[in-house]
Amino acid sequence: MGIRTLIVMLVASILLIAYLATRDTYSLFLPGLLQGAVLTAEITVLGCLLAVAMAVLSALGKLYGPAPLRWLANLYIEIFRGTSALVQLFWLFFVLPQFGVSLEPFAVAVLGLGLNIGAYGAECVRGAIQSVARGQWEAATALNMTRLQMLRRIILPQAFVAMIPPWGNLFIELLKSTALVSLITLSDLAFKAQQMNQTTMKTIPIFTLVLLIYLVLSLLITIGMRLLEQRAAKGLARGRTA
Amino acid sequence: MWDWAFTFEILPTLAKAAVISIEATLLGFVLAATLGLVLALTRIAVPWTAWPISVLVELIRSTPLLIQIFFLYFVFPSFGVTLDAFTAGVLALGIHYAAYCSEVYRAGFDNIPRGQWEASIALNLSPWTTFRDIIIPQAIPPIVPALGNYLVALFKETPLLSAIAVLELMQTAKIIGSETFRYTEPITMVGLFFLAMSLVSAAFIRAAERLLNRRPAR
Repeated sequence: MGIRTLIVMLVASILLIAYLATRDTYSLFLPGLLQGAVLTAEITVLGCLLAVAMAVLSALGKLYGPAPLRWLANLYIEIFRGTSALVQLFWLFFVLPQFGVSLEPFAVAVLGLGLNIGAYGAECVRGAIQSVARGQWEAATALNMTRLQMLRRIILPQAFVAMIPPWGNLFIELLKSTALVSLITLSDLAFKAQQMNQTTMKTIPIFTLVLLIYLVLSLLITIGMRLLEQRAAKGLARGRTA
Repeated sequence: MWDWAFTFEILPTLAKAAVISIEATLLGFVLAATLGLVLALTRIAVPWTAWPISVLVELIRSTPLLIQIFFLYFVFPSFGVTLDAFTAGVLALGIHYAAYCSEVYRAGFDNIPRGQWEASIALNLSPWTTFRDIIIPQAIPPIVPALGNYLVALFKETPLLSAIAVLELMQTAKIIGSETFRYTEPITMVGLFFLAMSLVSAAFIRAAERLLNRRPAR
Protein backbone atom coordinates (compact mmCIF):
# COMPACT_ATOMS: atom_id res chain seq x y z
CA MET A 1 0.00 0.00 0.00
CA GLY A 2 1.16 3.51 -0.74
CA ILE A 3 2.00 5.90 2.04
CA ARG A 4 -1.03 8.08 1.14
CA THR A 5 -3.44 5.17 1.63
CA LEU A 6 -1.79 4.39 4.95
CA ILE A 7 -2.16 7.97 6.16
CA VAL A 8 -5.81 7.98 5.04
CA MET A 9 -6.35 4.75 7.01
CA LEU A 10 -4.64 6.25 10.07
CA VAL A 11 -6.74 9.42 9.99
CA ALA A 12 -9.91 7.39 9.36
CA SER A 13 -9.25 5.10 12.33
CA ILE A 14 -8.43 8.01 14.66
CA LEU A 15 -11.62 9.81 13.56
CA LEU A 16 -13.60 6.60 14.06
CA ILE A 17 -12.24 6.26 17.61
CA ALA A 18 -13.05 9.92 18.28
CA TYR A 19 -16.57 9.45 16.93
CA LEU A 20 -17.15 6.29 18.98
CA ALA A 21 -15.91 8.15 22.08
CA THR A 22 -18.97 10.41 21.82
CA ARG A 23 -21.33 7.45 22.15
CA ASP A 24 -22.27 6.14 25.56
CA THR A 25 -21.74 2.43 24.83
CA TYR A 26 -18.15 3.12 23.81
CA SER A 27 -17.03 6.13 25.85
CA LEU A 28 -17.25 4.11 29.07
CA PHE A 29 -14.37 1.87 28.01
CA LEU A 30 -12.05 4.30 26.25
CA PRO A 31 -10.11 5.78 29.23
CA GLY A 32 -9.20 2.35 30.63
CA LEU A 33 -8.22 1.03 27.22
CA LEU A 34 -6.03 4.06 26.51
CA GLN A 35 -4.28 3.45 29.85
CA GLY A 36 -3.55 -0.08 28.68
CA ALA A 37 -2.41 1.25 25.31
CA VAL A 38 0.25 3.38 27.02
CA LEU A 39 1.74 0.27 28.66
CA THR A 40 1.55 -1.55 25.32
CA ALA A 41 3.41 1.31 23.65
CA GLU A 42 6.07 1.38 26.39
CA ILE A 43 6.74 -2.34 26.08
CA THR A 44 6.83 -2.02 22.29
CA VAL A 45 9.38 0.81 22.30
CA LEU A 46 11.70 -0.79 24.88
CA GLY A 47 11.30 -4.20 23.27
CA CYS A 48 12.21 -2.77 19.85
CA LEU A 49 15.36 -1.14 21.27
CA LEU A 50 16.45 -4.42 22.85
CA ALA A 51 15.59 -6.33 19.66
CA VAL A 52 17.70 -4.03 17.49
CA ALA A 53 20.65 -4.23 19.89
CA MET A 54 20.46 -8.04 20.12
CA ALA A 55 20.01 -8.39 16.36
CA VAL A 56 23.02 -6.26 15.47
CA LEU A 57 25.23 -7.91 18.10
CA SER A 58 24.30 -11.45 17.15
CA ALA A 59 24.48 -10.78 13.40
CA LEU A 60 27.97 -9.29 13.77
CA GLY A 61 28.92 -12.17 16.07
CA LYS A 62 27.65 -14.69 13.56
CA LEU A 63 29.39 -13.04 10.61
CA TYR A 64 32.73 -11.89 11.99
CA GLY A 65 33.09 -13.30 15.50
CA PRO A 66 35.51 -16.02 16.56
CA ALA A 67 34.11 -19.58 16.61
CA PRO A 68 32.70 -19.61 20.18
CA LEU A 69 30.93 -16.29 19.63
CA ARG A 70 29.56 -17.60 16.32
CA TRP A 71 28.15 -20.69 18.03
CA LEU A 72 26.64 -18.58 20.79
CA ALA A 73 24.95 -16.31 18.25
CA ASN A 74 23.65 -19.33 16.31
CA LEU A 75 22.35 -20.94 19.48
CA TYR A 76 20.53 -17.76 20.47
CA ILE A 77 18.98 -17.33 17.02
CA GLU A 78 17.86 -20.96 16.69
CA ILE A 79 16.39 -21.16 20.20
CA PHE A 80 14.43 -17.93 20.03
CA ARG A 81 13.22 -18.47 16.47
CA GLY A 82 12.40 -22.12 17.03
CA THR A 83 10.09 -21.79 20.03
CA SER A 84 6.92 -19.78 20.54
CA ALA A 85 7.06 -16.29 21.99
CA LEU A 86 4.48 -17.32 24.59
CA VAL A 87 6.57 -20.32 25.68
CA GLN A 88 9.57 -18.00 26.05
CA LEU A 89 7.59 -15.53 28.15
CA PHE A 90 6.24 -18.32 30.38
CA TRP A 91 9.71 -19.77 30.71
CA LEU A 92 11.14 -16.44 31.84
CA PHE A 93 8.16 -15.86 34.11
CA PHE A 94 7.64 -19.27 35.73
CA VAL A 95 10.88 -21.22 35.32
CA LEU A 96 13.58 -18.58 35.79
CA PRO A 97 12.50 -17.80 39.40
CA GLN A 98 13.13 -21.47 40.23
CA PHE A 99 16.76 -20.90 39.27
CA GLY A 100 16.85 -17.96 41.66
CA VAL A 101 16.31 -15.15 39.13
CA SER A 102 13.04 -13.33 39.77
CA LEU A 103 12.17 -10.57 37.32
CA GLU A 104 9.35 -8.04 37.37
CA PRO A 105 6.59 -8.91 34.86
CA PHE A 106 7.43 -5.73 32.94
CA ALA A 107 11.09 -6.75 32.67
CA VAL A 108 10.05 -10.25 31.56
CA ALA A 109 7.84 -8.72 28.87
CA VAL A 110 10.54 -6.44 27.46
CA LEU A 111 13.23 -9.12 27.73
CA GLY A 112 11.11 -11.93 26.28
CA LEU A 113 9.72 -9.99 23.32
CA GLY A 114 12.99 -8.15 22.64
CA LEU A 115 14.99 -11.39 22.59
CA ASN A 116 12.35 -13.10 20.44
CA ILE A 117 12.17 -10.42 17.77
CA GLY A 118 15.93 -9.83 18.04
CA ALA A 119 16.53 -13.40 16.87
CA TYR A 120 14.41 -12.80 13.75
CA GLY A 121 16.10 -9.42 13.31
CA ALA A 122 19.56 -11.00 13.42
CA GLU A 123 18.85 -12.77 10.13
CA CYS A 124 17.60 -9.58 8.50
CA VAL A 125 20.67 -7.63 9.70
CA ARG A 126 22.91 -10.41 8.39
CA GLY A 127 21.12 -10.40 5.02
CA ALA A 128 21.42 -6.62 4.76
CA ILE A 129 25.16 -6.65 5.59
CA GLN A 130 25.79 -9.37 3.04
CA SER A 131 23.82 -7.47 0.40
CA VAL A 132 26.38 -4.62 0.45
CA ALA A 133 28.44 -4.90 -2.73
CA ARG A 134 31.84 -6.65 -2.44
CA GLY A 135 33.54 -3.70 -4.08
CA GLN A 136 32.72 -1.58 -1.03
CA TRP A 137 34.82 -3.88 1.17
CA GLU A 138 37.61 -3.91 -1.37
CA ALA A 139 37.60 -0.13 -1.72
CA ALA A 140 37.68 0.24 2.08
CA THR A 141 40.63 -2.17 2.24
CA ALA A 142 42.37 -0.18 -0.49
CA LEU A 143 41.90 2.94 1.65
CA ASN A 144 43.72 1.15 4.47
CA MET A 145 40.78 1.22 6.86
CA THR A 146 40.68 -1.08 9.85
CA ARG A 147 37.92 -3.69 9.94
CA LEU A 148 35.99 -1.72 12.55
CA GLN A 149 36.23 1.47 10.50
CA MET A 150 34.97 -0.37 7.41
CA LEU A 151 31.97 -1.71 9.27
CA ARG A 152 31.15 1.51 11.00
CA ARG A 153 31.71 3.99 8.20
CA ILE A 154 31.14 2.05 4.98
CA ILE A 155 29.17 -1.16 5.39
CA LEU A 156 26.63 -0.54 8.17
CA PRO A 157 25.36 2.82 6.81
CA GLN A 158 24.57 1.12 3.48
CA ALA A 159 23.18 -2.02 5.09
CA PHE A 160 20.97 0.24 7.21
CA VAL A 161 18.88 1.26 4.21
CA ALA A 162 18.25 -2.36 3.19
CA MET A 163 17.30 -3.23 6.76
CA ILE A 164 14.49 -0.71 7.20
CA PRO A 165 11.58 -2.50 5.45
CA PRO A 166 12.07 -5.88 7.19
CA TRP A 167 12.51 -4.09 10.53
CA GLY A 168 9.19 -2.36 9.94
CA ASN A 169 7.53 -5.77 9.70
CA LEU A 170 9.36 -7.00 12.80
CA PHE A 171 8.35 -3.97 14.87
CA ILE A 172 4.72 -4.65 13.98
CA GLU A 173 5.25 -8.31 14.90
CA LEU A 174 6.57 -7.09 18.27
CA LEU A 175 3.63 -4.74 18.77
CA LYS A 176 1.25 -7.62 18.12
CA SER A 177 3.19 -9.94 20.44
CA THR A 178 2.78 -7.47 23.30
CA ALA A 179 -0.79 -8.80 23.58
CA LEU A 180 0.81 -11.94 25.06
CA VAL A 181 2.06 -10.05 28.12
CA SER A 182 -1.55 -9.88 29.32
CA LEU A 183 -1.09 -13.58 30.12
CA ILE A 184 1.77 -12.82 32.54
CA THR A 185 -0.33 -10.43 34.64
CA LEU A 186 0.62 -7.10 33.00
CA SER A 187 -2.37 -4.83 32.47
CA ASP A 188 -1.70 -3.85 28.88
CA LEU A 189 -4.34 -3.16 26.22
CA ALA A 190 -5.24 -6.83 25.76
CA PHE A 191 -5.49 -7.37 29.52
CA LYS A 192 -7.78 -4.37 30.00
CA ALA A 193 -9.98 -5.65 27.17
CA GLN A 194 -10.19 -9.11 28.72
CA GLN A 195 -10.97 -7.65 32.14
CA MET A 196 -13.68 -5.26 30.88
CA ASN A 197 -15.15 -8.02 28.75
CA GLN A 198 -15.44 -10.33 31.74
CA THR A 199 -17.13 -7.74 33.93
CA THR A 200 -19.50 -6.18 31.37
CA MET A 201 -19.79 -8.77 28.56
CA LYS A 202 -19.98 -5.89 26.05
CA THR A 203 -17.73 -7.75 23.64
CA ILE A 204 -18.39 -5.84 20.45
CA PRO A 205 -17.75 -2.25 21.63
CA ILE A 206 -14.70 -3.25 23.69
CA PHE A 207 -12.99 -5.32 21.04
CA THR A 208 -13.85 -2.90 18.24
CA LEU A 209 -12.04 -0.16 20.16
CA VAL A 210 -9.12 -2.45 20.99
CA LEU A 211 -8.66 -3.52 17.38
CA LEU A 212 -8.82 0.12 16.27
CA ILE A 213 -6.20 1.17 18.83
CA TYR A 214 -3.84 -1.62 17.74
CA LEU A 215 -4.46 -0.61 14.14
CA VAL A 216 -3.53 3.00 14.90
CA LEU A 217 -0.33 1.90 16.69
CA SER A 218 0.77 -0.36 13.87
CA LEU A 219 -0.08 2.22 11.20
CA LEU A 220 2.10 4.70 13.12
CA ILE A 221 4.97 2.20 12.95
CA THR A 222 4.42 1.48 9.25
CA ILE A 223 4.21 5.15 8.29
CA GLY A 224 7.22 6.05 10.45
CA MET A 225 9.33 3.32 8.86
CA ARG A 226 8.24 4.34 5.35
CA LEU A 227 9.30 7.94 6.01
CA LEU A 228 12.61 6.75 7.48
CA GLU A 229 13.14 4.57 4.41
CA GLN A 230 12.48 7.45 2.04
CA ARG A 231 14.88 9.67 3.95
CA ALA A 232 17.64 7.06 4.18
CA ALA A 233 17.34 6.01 0.53
CA LYS A 234 17.43 9.63 -0.59
CA GLY A 235 20.75 10.13 1.20
CA LEU A 236 22.17 7.05 -0.49
CA ALA A 237 21.12 8.15 -3.97
CA ARG A 238 22.67 11.58 -3.43
CA GLY A 239 25.88 9.95 -2.30
CA ARG A 240 26.08 7.86 -5.43
CA THR A 241 25.56 10.66 -7.91
CA ALA A 242 27.99 13.05 -6.19
CA MET B 1 16.79 -28.45 39.91
CA TRP B 2 15.80 -30.85 37.15
CA ASP B 3 13.86 -33.97 38.09
CA TRP B 4 14.11 -36.67 35.43
CA ALA B 5 11.59 -39.00 37.10
CA PHE B 6 9.02 -36.19 37.07
CA THR B 7 9.86 -35.41 33.44
CA PHE B 8 9.13 -38.99 32.38
CA GLU B 9 5.98 -39.02 34.47
CA ILE B 10 4.47 -36.00 32.68
CA LEU B 11 5.70 -37.00 29.21
CA PRO B 12 2.60 -39.08 28.24
CA THR B 13 0.24 -36.25 29.26
CA LEU B 14 2.26 -33.74 27.24
CA ALA B 15 2.38 -36.10 24.26
CA LYS B 16 -1.43 -36.33 24.28
CA ALA B 17 -1.65 -32.53 24.39
CA ALA B 18 0.87 -32.25 21.55
CA VAL B 19 -1.60 -34.16 19.36
CA ILE B 20 -4.19 -31.41 20.01
CA SER B 21 -1.62 -28.73 19.11
CA ILE B 22 -0.80 -30.52 15.86
CA GLU B 23 -4.50 -31.01 15.04
CA ALA B 24 -5.14 -27.31 15.57
CA THR B 25 -2.13 -26.50 13.37
CA LEU B 26 -3.25 -28.71 10.48
CA LEU B 27 -6.92 -27.68 10.59
CA GLY B 28 -5.97 -24.03 10.95
CA PHE B 29 -3.55 -24.21 8.04
CA VAL B 30 -6.02 -25.99 5.72
CA LEU B 31 -8.47 -23.17 6.47
CA ALA B 32 -5.77 -20.50 5.98
CA ALA B 33 -4.54 -21.96 2.69
CA THR B 34 -8.05 -22.31 1.26
CA LEU B 35 -9.44 -19.01 2.48
CA GLY B 36 -6.23 -17.24 1.43
CA LEU B 37 -6.58 -18.66 -2.09
CA VAL B 38 -10.23 -17.59 -2.22
CA LEU B 39 -9.28 -14.04 -1.15
CA ALA B 40 -6.45 -13.85 -3.69
CA LEU B 41 -8.63 -15.19 -6.51
CA THR B 42 -11.57 -12.93 -5.64
CA ARG B 43 -9.47 -9.79 -5.88
CA ILE B 44 -8.31 -10.82 -9.36
CA ALA B 45 -11.67 -12.10 -10.62
CA VAL B 46 -13.82 -9.24 -9.26
CA PRO B 47 -11.69 -6.09 -9.60
CA TRP B 48 -13.81 -3.82 -7.35
CA THR B 49 -13.14 -6.12 -4.37
CA ALA B 50 -9.38 -5.48 -4.57
CA TRP B 51 -9.47 -2.39 -2.34
CA PRO B 52 -11.80 -3.73 0.39
CA ILE B 53 -9.85 -6.99 0.49
CA SER B 54 -6.51 -5.25 0.85
CA VAL B 55 -7.91 -3.11 3.70
CA LEU B 56 -9.30 -6.25 5.35
CA VAL B 57 -5.95 -8.04 4.98
CA GLU B 58 -4.11 -5.03 6.42
CA LEU B 59 -6.59 -4.92 9.31
CA ILE B 60 -6.14 -8.61 10.15
CA ARG B 61 -2.36 -8.49 9.79
CA SER B 62 -1.85 -5.44 11.95
CA THR B 63 -3.89 -6.51 14.98
CA PRO B 64 -2.78 -9.18 17.48
CA LEU B 65 -3.90 -12.76 17.00
CA LEU B 66 -4.66 -13.05 20.71
CA ILE B 67 -7.26 -10.27 20.45
CA GLN B 68 -8.78 -11.94 17.38
CA ILE B 69 -9.01 -15.24 19.28
CA PHE B 70 -10.79 -13.53 22.19
CA PHE B 71 -13.02 -11.64 19.79
CA LEU B 72 -14.18 -14.76 17.94
CA TYR B 73 -14.58 -16.71 21.14
CA PHE B 74 -16.68 -14.08 22.88
CA VAL B 75 -18.46 -12.43 19.98
CA PHE B 76 -20.16 -15.48 18.47
CA PRO B 77 -22.33 -16.16 21.54
CA SER B 78 -23.80 -12.66 21.21
CA PHE B 79 -25.10 -13.72 17.78
CA GLY B 80 -26.53 -16.87 19.32
CA VAL B 81 -23.84 -19.20 17.97
CA THR B 82 -21.77 -20.87 20.67
CA LEU B 83 -18.42 -22.18 19.50
CA ASP B 84 -16.33 -24.43 21.68
CA ALA B 85 -12.88 -23.11 22.44
CA PHE B 86 -11.09 -25.41 19.99
CA THR B 87 -13.29 -24.41 17.03
CA ALA B 88 -13.03 -20.71 17.84
CA GLY B 89 -9.25 -21.04 18.17
CA VAL B 90 -8.82 -22.90 14.88
CA LEU B 91 -11.09 -20.40 13.15
CA ALA B 92 -9.06 -17.46 14.47
CA LEU B 93 -5.73 -19.08 13.50
CA GLY B 94 -7.12 -19.90 10.04
CA ILE B 95 -8.49 -16.42 9.38
CA HIS B 96 -5.35 -14.67 10.69
CA TYR B 97 -3.03 -16.73 8.53
CA ALA B 98 -5.40 -16.58 5.55
CA ALA B 99 -4.56 -12.86 5.43
CA TYR B 100 -0.84 -13.69 5.23
CA CYS B 101 -1.39 -16.54 2.76
CA SER B 102 -3.50 -14.40 0.45
CA GLU B 103 -0.52 -12.06 0.04
CA VAL B 104 1.71 -15.05 -0.75
CA TYR B 105 -0.73 -16.27 -3.40
CA ARG B 106 -0.95 -12.76 -4.81
CA ALA B 107 2.82 -12.68 -5.20
CA GLY B 108 2.57 -16.05 -6.94
CA PHE B 109 -0.09 -14.81 -9.36
CA ASP B 110 1.77 -11.56 -10.00
CA ASN B 111 4.81 -13.57 -11.09
CA ILE B 112 2.91 -15.25 -13.93
CA PRO B 113 3.96 -13.55 -17.17
CA ARG B 114 1.24 -11.42 -18.76
CA GLY B 115 1.54 -13.47 -21.93
CA GLN B 116 0.04 -16.48 -20.16
CA TRP B 117 -3.18 -14.57 -19.49
CA GLU B 118 -3.25 -13.15 -23.00
CA ALA B 119 -2.61 -16.55 -24.56
CA SER B 120 -5.47 -18.01 -22.51
CA ILE B 121 -7.79 -15.31 -23.82
CA ALA B 122 -6.54 -15.92 -27.36
CA LEU B 123 -7.31 -19.64 -26.95
CA ASN B 124 -10.82 -18.69 -25.79
CA LEU B 125 -10.42 -20.45 -22.44
CA SER B 126 -13.04 -19.65 -19.83
CA PRO B 127 -11.77 -17.78 -16.74
CA TRP B 128 -12.31 -20.93 -14.67
CA THR B 129 -10.21 -23.08 -17.04
CA THR B 130 -7.56 -20.38 -17.23
CA PHE B 131 -7.16 -20.40 -13.49
CA ARG B 132 -7.39 -24.16 -13.01
CA ASP B 133 -5.17 -25.33 -15.89
CA ILE B 134 -2.88 -22.40 -16.69
CA ILE B 135 -2.38 -20.03 -13.79
CA ILE B 136 -2.61 -22.14 -10.63
CA PRO B 137 -0.27 -24.94 -11.78
CA GLN B 138 2.39 -22.33 -12.53
CA ALA B 139 1.74 -20.05 -9.57
CA ILE B 140 1.66 -22.55 -6.71
CA PRO B 141 5.01 -24.44 -6.86
CA PRO B 142 7.26 -21.36 -6.43
CA ILE B 143 5.33 -20.23 -3.33
CA VAL B 144 5.31 -23.57 -1.51
CA PRO B 145 8.33 -22.62 0.66
CA ALA B 146 6.67 -19.35 1.69
CA LEU B 147 3.48 -21.21 2.58
CA GLY B 148 5.59 -23.71 4.50
CA ASN B 149 7.11 -20.91 6.55
CA TYR B 150 3.62 -19.76 7.51
CA LEU B 151 2.71 -23.32 8.48
CA VAL B 152 5.61 -23.29 10.96
CA ALA B 153 4.67 -19.80 12.15
CA LEU B 154 1.07 -20.92 12.68
CA PHE B 155 2.28 -23.95 14.61
CA LYS B 156 4.29 -21.69 16.91
CA GLU B 157 1.18 -19.57 17.56
CA THR B 158 -0.91 -22.50 18.82
CA PRO B 159 0.13 -21.86 22.48
CA LEU B 160 -2.09 -18.77 22.26
CA LEU B 161 -5.08 -21.11 22.32
CA SER B 162 -4.24 -21.75 25.97
CA ALA B 163 -5.68 -18.28 26.65
CA ILE B 164 -9.18 -19.57 25.86
CA ALA B 165 -8.48 -22.82 27.76
CA VAL B 166 -7.99 -25.19 24.82
CA LEU B 167 -6.18 -28.16 26.31
CA GLU B 168 -3.19 -27.92 24.01
CA LEU B 169 0.47 -28.24 24.96
CA MET B 170 0.94 -24.93 26.78
CA GLN B 171 -2.30 -25.14 28.74
CA THR B 172 -1.48 -28.71 29.79
CA ALA B 173 2.00 -27.64 30.90
CA LYS B 174 0.48 -24.79 32.92
CA ILE B 175 -2.03 -27.13 34.55
CA ILE B 176 0.73 -29.59 35.46
CA GLY B 177 2.70 -26.64 36.83
CA SER B 178 -0.13 -25.35 38.98
CA GLU B 179 -0.93 -28.83 40.32
CA THR B 180 2.61 -29.83 41.23
CA PHE B 181 4.25 -26.40 41.70
CA ARG B 182 6.97 -27.54 39.31
CA TYR B 183 7.04 -25.36 36.23
CA THR B 184 10.64 -26.04 35.21
CA GLU B 185 10.13 -29.42 33.56
CA PRO B 186 6.76 -28.97 31.80
CA ILE B 187 7.50 -25.55 30.29
CA THR B 188 11.03 -26.49 29.28
CA MET B 189 9.72 -29.67 27.65
CA VAL B 190 7.16 -27.64 25.70
CA GLY B 191 9.93 -25.31 24.54
CA LEU B 192 12.12 -28.22 23.46
CA PHE B 193 9.19 -29.80 21.63
CA PHE B 194 8.58 -26.62 19.63
CA LEU B 195 12.30 -26.25 18.93
CA ALA B 196 12.54 -29.84 17.67
CA MET B 197 9.43 -29.48 15.50
CA SER B 198 10.61 -26.19 13.96
CA LEU B 199 14.08 -27.55 13.20
CA VAL B 200 12.56 -30.64 11.55
CA SER B 201 10.06 -28.64 9.54
CA ALA B 202 12.75 -26.14 8.48
CA ALA B 203 14.67 -29.11 7.07
CA PHE B 204 11.52 -30.28 5.25
CA ILE B 205 10.94 -26.84 3.76
CA ARG B 206 14.53 -26.68 2.52
CA ALA B 207 14.10 -30.12 0.94
CA ALA B 208 10.83 -29.03 -0.73
CA GLU B 209 12.56 -25.88 -2.00
CA ARG B 210 15.37 -27.94 -3.56
CA LEU B 211 12.87 -30.34 -5.11
CA LEU B 212 10.86 -27.51 -6.64
CA ASN B 213 13.92 -25.68 -7.91
CA ARG B 214 14.98 -28.82 -9.72
CA ARG B 215 11.92 -28.60 -11.98
CA PRO B 216 12.82 -27.76 -15.56
CA ALA B 217 12.72 -24.07 -16.37
CA ARG B 218 9.45 -23.00 -17.99
